Amino acid sequence: MPDDRAVAVLGVGMHPWGKWGRNFVEYGLAAARHALADAGLSWTDVQFVSGADTIRNGYPGFISGATFAQALGWSGARVSSAYAACASGATAIAAARAQILAGLCDVALVVGADTTPKGFFAPVGGERRDDPDWLRFHLLGATNPTYFALYARRRMELFGATEDDFAAVKVKNARAGAANPNARYRQEVSAEEVLASPMVADPLRLLEICATSDGGAALVLSSTDFARRHGRGDTAVSIPAVSTVTPRFPQTVIEMPNFATDSAVAAAAAGAVDGPAFRRSIAFAAYEEAGIGPEDVDVAEVYDLSSALELDWYEDVGLCKEGEAERLLRDGDTALGGRIPVNPSGGLSSFGEAIPAQAIAQVCELVWQLRGQAAGRQVEGARVGVTANQGLFGHGSSVVVTR
Amino acid sequence: MAATKTRVPAVEGWFTTDAGAPALLGSRCRSCGTYAFPRETFFCRNPRCEGTEFDEVPLSRRGRVWSYTDARYTPPAPYVAADPYVPFCIAAVELAEEKMVVMGQMVPEVTVDDLAVGTEVELVVDVLYEDDDHQYLVWKWRPVTVGSGGSGA
Repeated sequence: MPDDRAVAVLGVGMHPWGKWGRNFVEYGLAAARHALADAGLSWTDVQFVSGADTIRNGYPGFISGATFAQALGWSGARVSSAYAACASGATAIAAARAQILAGLCDVALVVGADTTPKGFFAPVGGERRDDPDWLRFHLLGATNPTYFALYARRRMELFGATEDDFAAVKVKNARAGAANPNARYRQEVSAEEVLASPMVADPLRLLEICATSDGGAALVLSSTDFARRHGRGDTAVSIPAVSTVTPRFPQTVIEMPNFATDSAVAAAAAGAVDGPAFRRSIAFAAYEEAGIGPEDVDVAEVYDLSSALELDWYEDVGLCKEGEAERLLRDGDTALGGRIPVNPSGGLSSFGEAIPAQAIAQVCELVWQLRGQAAGRQVEGARVGVTANQGLFGHGSSVVVTR
Repeated sequence: MAATKTRVPAVEGWFTTDAGAPALLGSRCRSCGTYAFPRETFFCRNPRCEGTEFDEVPLSRRGRVWSYTDARYTPPAPYVAADPYVPFCIAAVELAEEKMVVMGQMVPEVTVDDLAVGTEVELVVDVLYEDDDHQYLVWKWRPVTVGSGGSGA
């Protein structure tokens, strides 16, 4: 793959996920310090700090790059802050990578952290009748699990997924997460326990829907030249591709927070062939940039907002054909020890979502996997990993990590 | 009595309230024919179209269920929930002519057991919530098959 597109990952760090109820800056700071120590660098070596924003923690969250820079001590580093909903972390990584590849800096720090309220995610406060995110709660009572459940039901009717399959995803991820010291939920669960948990949005049950969590994650990225000079040339994990694609018109799958899909009338009239659905385009754009294909992937971290959605991702990141995800799951291919383990971290199922930190955390896990440092949940011999995630309002997020 | 309350849309200009045949109000681009709901007023979503003029059009009143779910727990504000809370179904409905999918609550008596992908539904206007003086209205979907929650499958 083209080395001139790659940046080195010198350090990764996380603050454990939980419901700690403390200031998000504390989590970001802890993650940043871990990542810097892991990289063998000082904060003052960082030339560019890239923050992933949180919108639920006031002004400091909207300018997270500067917030974290101040917490680390003003050093004159250049700064950027990015918001892209669940994809914010990937956008922050993309900003740092572009700075490095352009030769504008050698060392960048990427940080995301969040403190979350209890229960369903609700829109930002105030009466905002021109905001579709406000309106979908007001007019439909459509929560995030509503949309996850629409996809889940569709899988059941189109591809024969069962409630047992959805429960099996949770059982698999809970088993992996039990071995992860940064996960919030570290207990194995049985299929019986999953199926006995309350129905939230039919067919999805409480244990199959990701919680909202506090947490923080950070990466220290550098140019490959700097990594060599720093003595990490041979051992560093690198990122050869980051995908932050938007959808292509017409987007024909209903997406949060919309009331309707695009209309395909004009495309049909023009004789256009349907392009790939948005979710499928996300990882494939990263594969193309990295010069690899899904067959090269050894391990994947995908956004299991629900247990059922993980099955959609198997297909969307190209691990199998459409309609074959259930077979992959039932054969044990995506479990630890399987052919292509998915969510060895335990996934959102074991973490809950700390929005701006989550896409960064996915990369942290792949780096530990590729270094052979994922004790208790190690995917043996993994050399290529992919993350996939999607943010509200059309934000793709996929990162390829290689060793 | 509810009958004495003033009935007003919960959102202005998104649907008609004709007693017999209410409809969602979408937009249609005069240049390329692309529909949108809710209405677009100053851009067309088609990347190959720079249209700036749109007609307000009623959308098809019937469609088929693309997928469906329910809400077993009270959604957070700004949803205005009845007390005690009564769960409801939500469906994403495919409109053939417009080639688009539109979400809506199902009418109250419908449960997920009454629905399937492909169930034919039609648009009605129903009460979303009320206060002392008003009933606030919204569009909902109702299975076409007559009867309480009858399945169209």
